[in-house]
Amino acid sequence: MAENQQLIEGNQTYASLDTVIGDVVLDQRRHKLPWLTTFGIASIFALFVLPLTLAWLLYQGIGVWGNNIPVGWGFPIVNFVWWIGIGHAGTLISAILLLLRQQWRNSINRFAEAMTIFAVMCAGMYPLFHTGRPWVAAYWLLPYPNIMAVWPQFRSPLMWDVFAVSTYFTVSLVFWFLGLVPDFATLRDKATNKFAKYAYAIPAMGWRGSHRHWHRYEQAYLILAGLSTPLVLSVHTIVSYDFAVSIVPGWNVTVFPPYFVAGAVFAGFAMVLLLAIPVRALYGLKDLITMRHIDWMAKIMLTTGLIVFYGYNLEVFYGWFSGEKVETALMQWRFYGPYAWAYWLLIFCNGIAPQILWSPKARRNIPIVWTVSFIVTIGMWLERFVIIPMSLMRNYLPSSDRMFIPTFWDFSMFFGTIGFFIFMMFLFVRFMPSITIFEMKDLLYKLGADKKPQSDAVGAGEAH
Amino acid sequence: MSHAPIAPKIYGMVAEFETPDQLVHAASRAKEFGYTSIDGHSPFPIHGMSEATGFKCNLVPWIFLVGGILGGLTGIALESYVSILDLPLEIGGKPLFSLPSFFPIMYECTILFSALAGAIGMMALNGFPRPYHPIFDCPGFERASQDRFFLAIEADDPLYSEIETRRFLAGLEPINISVVEEEE
Repeated sequence: MAENQQLIEGNQTYASLDTVIGDVVLDQRRHKLPWLTTFGIASIFALFVLPLTLAWLLYQGIGVWGNNIPVGWGFPIVNFVWWIGIGHAGTLISAILLLLRQQWRNSINRFAEAMTIFAVMCAGMYPLFHTGRPWVAAYWLLPYPNIMAVWPQFRSPLMWDVFAVSTYFTVSLVFWFLGLVPDFATLRDKATNKFAKYAYAIPAMGWRGSHRHWHRYEQAYLILAGLSTPLVLSVHTIVSYDFAVSIVPGWNVTVFPPYFVAGAVFAGFAMVLLLAIPVRALYGLKDLITMRHIDWMAKIMLTTGLIVFYGYNLEVFYGWFSGEKVETALMQWRFYGPYAWAYWLLIFCNGIAPQILWSPKARRNIPIVWTVSFIVTIGMWLERFVIIPMSLMRNYLPSSDRMFIPTFWDFSMFFGTIGFFIFMMFLFVRFMPSITIFEMKDLLYKLGADKKPQSDAVGAGEAH
Repeated sequence: MSHAPIAPKIYGMVAEFETPDQLVHAASRAKEFGYTSIDGHSPFPIHGMSEATGFKCNLVPWIFLVGGILGGLTGIALESYVSILDLPLEIGGKPLFSLPSFFPIMYECTILFSALAGAIGMMALNGFPRPYHPIFDCPGFERASQDRFFLAIEADDPLYSEIETRRFLAGLEPINISVVEEEE
């Protein structure tokens, strides 16, 4: 119990928690130049670069990307897998750590859940536009009776993917919104500005904190966490099936599902750290997202990083042990081919750089943790690049080998979605409570109940 | 006086407390006293409140379960209807009813239906959305979502009486006691 004292720093009370968290939203003057600058730059990408790319893409067709035959899955699928992986940390933090009763999650889960939702939005754009004409693709993506009397092919992993990702998005959204309802009520009651009061009253839906409501609410919240846990594992497993079920060399590996899931968590925690570190500094949330949180997230990053690195080694082993000529050739292509720099950079980013986190000193050094997270984020992108286009460039038939060279529009869409993500995250930080207020109060109560005697007249012996 | 149907209908009497422990204590005392229409209001879930007031409701988990079963059945029914009856395509010698390939979508449908049914069901059981409730007229109630803890004894309780209930609540040493009227 003693170690938990560092979960909330400073002399906090219920009211001060409201102030620390709520005022980021209610006192709009707190959003100064750093917010405006970042938001401004992000909006250029979100509102200008991304729509322009999409417009050009729809007008011209997906030939504007570097995709070719045999590399049908270039940047769009690399970015899709990258984004969806980033989203997974949100669900892991909010659901799995809730089930494991890891109370330290309380101050980062809301933030991470928001990240999940925006990351899945970014991810969703890619396969949708990769179809070229999304409105035409509807009939083979969604099972609805259409005039052509054809249906989607349910035996295809790509169909499973459609169901997995759309379920994941819906359930994450529901989970996130349910978590927000009591906090909206707090903001509604705390707001002095009339407009803000109305704006928060509507999503609060009349929440009044009745114990009967809390009772059902907690049941539902816990079961949703229980549902999200197998869901998040299934989503990235199914994403890995997109590859592992095929016979493309480098893809047809049984280690893919666990290694993809670990990679997703790895990338996700890196992104949480990447964003939470500046936000906690800018908005005075250092008492709530403490060094202890950063230390633990760094540890999870290190652990999942090791699993991922094990996956890389296993791929190499498989390349040799399978005895398949194409598999061996593919590994050599990764080691020495024209994109060898990407492979070795990947090994550096995901295999070597995170090892510094073994040192407790490094885990508690903000610039180091932030830099490692940045390197890991790049590394995880490279991982998908190494797996997807690099495996497709060389195949069973040497005559159809072809280089993949990304174009300007590949990059503009990629940076466009990064801009969109930051754009949404910054709007979220400004208009919604980025830390779950009621869970922090609950945590404060649980941590403080035994050591902060506030009133002596009460003998609540039977309550516990 | 107490039960006379006078013009402003009374919703109940509300006591305001400073700590969660006081609220739980007050709720269990109220239950011991014989009150049945008790409602506690707090900014965060307090474990022990349901036990203290004797509130039991386990409907939510069942809604999740039924939603999940229906979801799984919907998934497999959709896949079977499409792949066996409406568009039988033989690809790679796979049987029309290929359960292993059908499983992932069944699984996702189970989770989707269960989560939606449970979340909507929970909100419906709680009676949301409900923008107005008489308790919002209680003075200082805006702190119920911030840092105060409220115990309401509703007027429809058979033991409710303006004088007795006030005396009982005063014995619990709250910060404030107020009678809340129902609008209309």
